[in-house]
Amino acid sequence: MLVYMIRRLTQSLLVMAVMALIVFIGVFAIGNPVDMMISPDATQAEMQAAIARLGLDKPLWEQFFVFLGNLVRGDLGTSFVHNEPAMRLILDRFPATMELALFAMLIAVFVGIPLGIIAGLRSDSAAGRGIMVGSIFGFSLPNFWQGLMLIMLFAVVLGWLPAGGRGETVDLWGVPVSFLTWDGLTHLLLPAINIALYKTALVIRLARAGTREVMMMDYVKFARAKGLRPRRVILVHMLKNILIPVVTVLGLELGNVIAFAVVTETVFAWPGMGKLLIDSIVNLDRPVIVAYLMLTVFVFILINFIVDLAYSMIDPRVRLTETRA
Amino acid sequence: MSEATDLRDTAAIDIAVDTAPVAARAEPPAVRFWREFRQSPSAVVALALFVLIALAAIFAPWITPQDPYDLRQLNILDGRLPPMSQAMDGSTYWLGTDDQGRDMLSAIIYGLRISLGIGAMSTLIAILIGGSLGLIAAFYGGRLETLIMRVVDLQLSFPAILVALILLAVLGRGVDKVLIALIIVQWAYYARTIRGQALVERRKEYIEAARCLALSDRRILFRHLLPNCLPPVIVIGTVQVANAIALEATLSFLGVGVPITEPSLGLLISNGYSYMLSGDYWISFFPGLALLVAIVAINIVGDQLRDVLNPRLRR
Repeated sequence: MLVYMIRRLTQSLLVMAVMALIVFIGVFAIGNPVDMMISPDATQAEMQAAIARLGLDKPLWEQFFVFLGNLVRGDLGTSFVHNEPAMRLILDRFPATMELALFAMLIAVFVGIPLGIIAGLRSDSAAGRGIMVGSIFGFSLPNFWQGLMLIMLFAVVLGWLPAGGRGETVDLWGVPVSFLTWDGLTHLLLPAINIALYKTALVIRLARAGTREVMMMDYVKFARAKGLRPRRVILVHMLKNILIPVVTVLGLELGNVIAFAVVTETVFAWPGMGKLLIDSIVNLDRPVIVAYLMLTVFVFILINFIVDLAYSMIDPRVRLTETRA
Repeated sequence: MSEATDLRDTAAIDIAVDTAPVAARAEPPAVRFWREFRQSPSAVVALALFVLIALAAIFAPWITPQDPYDLRQLNILDGRLPPMSQAMDGSTYWLGTDDQGRDMLSAIIYGLRISLGIGAMSTLIAILIGGSLGLIAAFYGGRLETLIMRVVDLQLSFPAILVALILLAVLGRGVDKVLIALIIVQWAYYARTIRGQALVERRKEYIEAARCLALSDRRILFRHLLPNCLPPVIVIGTVQVANAIALEATLSFLGVGVPITEPSLGLLISNGYSYMLSGDYWISFFPGLALLVAIVAINIVGDQLRDVLNPRLRR
């Protein structure tokens, strides 16, 4: 176990380094940093001074090591627009995005798994077919348009929920969250549903496939033959095995949710880091883009790592020993 | 294609000559394919719908009531009219107009043209690039394979939208840039799929037979191995066209995709966004509906293709 973890951590560091290199090449080398960081009105002398100050006259590999060194210290430069350290700017927005993502995942799990099990147990009934057709739409609806339609329906026509923003927040262990106030909760609901619809469709498919597979297993037949109530067979015996693929995929999807939150946050004006990224791309605020990228890569690697560990706990057949990767 | 299939069939006949009924063998693959595809009515409807949409997109200049980008045909006094309203010149705007008095129906059909074009073209080029790399990786193996597949793994561990956003942040806006971003986002799927399939096919007897005939590597790769690796690629490719269209729409909506001079459906929806809160739903609603219908149709066809082309599900 320990050997495995060390091996994985080394691999992760390698991926981080590769990503840092790609980001560096993409953002620093392809575009010309001078054009973006120095005012076009500057004189030749001012420009030279600025280039020297930013270290842009050094060879590229040396710039890369400077970038790496700063990266390790968490220093990714200062935002051109907000005039604040880029990393702090992102970290300020991080809780809002995480809250949205986790809330959406909860909806997906608690709606998707029961529906998927129903669709699996009664695959030929009207309910089962209806759920599957619904899941096709869940997959196909363009996320941003679906968000607009949710706003249209619930905010403009019905007027039940606010159209955007985050609402009132309270501090929970120093982190501002909105799900503890009524105002915050109403603001959270629509964007969370918008993210959750696709994930729910995914969970339904996984749970349905899992149910159909597990249904035929001998141990389920045995549990039934033993005279256990169907409820217990489904909720105890079957659910555990249905959960294995769901947990794996959902864990990996958490990263996707964070990335896709870019769209939902833009539609609902949710003050998370996705909206910050889009604003920064529009404003060509390079340090913030880089900081967002590196943080997202880090979160991704962390999530993959946790999913692997969680997987081994749910499914004892998986041994996290030294396997040649 | 035929040569490779023949060789495989000869091998199959040796083993299963008495079990295979002669009549079933005589049916050409295309006919069998269509007979099985037809079994799902919804898939046939979806296919018909998709063909209709594609035809409308291709023949847009001849069938739309107005050219939405010829400013002389627009009348600003017709701006933001709801669906079914009368134009100043007496004709009807079936789906309403946008803020500049542009007929939404025409704008949507022109938008479909750009969306479908980008979706199909990027998928095609991505299949070519990803497919070749996957095939090469499987056929030659060794360091080359490790290198290609590590890059694939690395890329697939990040969501498509993130990769595309970053690329466009670096490249800037434009149809060509969106195309490049979509190709880079997609190629890895095909590389992985084709490699997986090719690794299985490579060990089969018809490849061995082709090698015994001392055919060149290139000939074996493209005439024998490639055709037999295609079915899963066709399935993934179909669904990926839908994904590419959705991704392009999303990027354009976010303001990093196509420029305003070449508005895709995503950009049309984005334009309507600002008017939606005042109740002018149609500017965003109808382009989105067109997008949804196109994507659902492609996905249903893709689902059925998967069932028909998957040998494990063959009845």
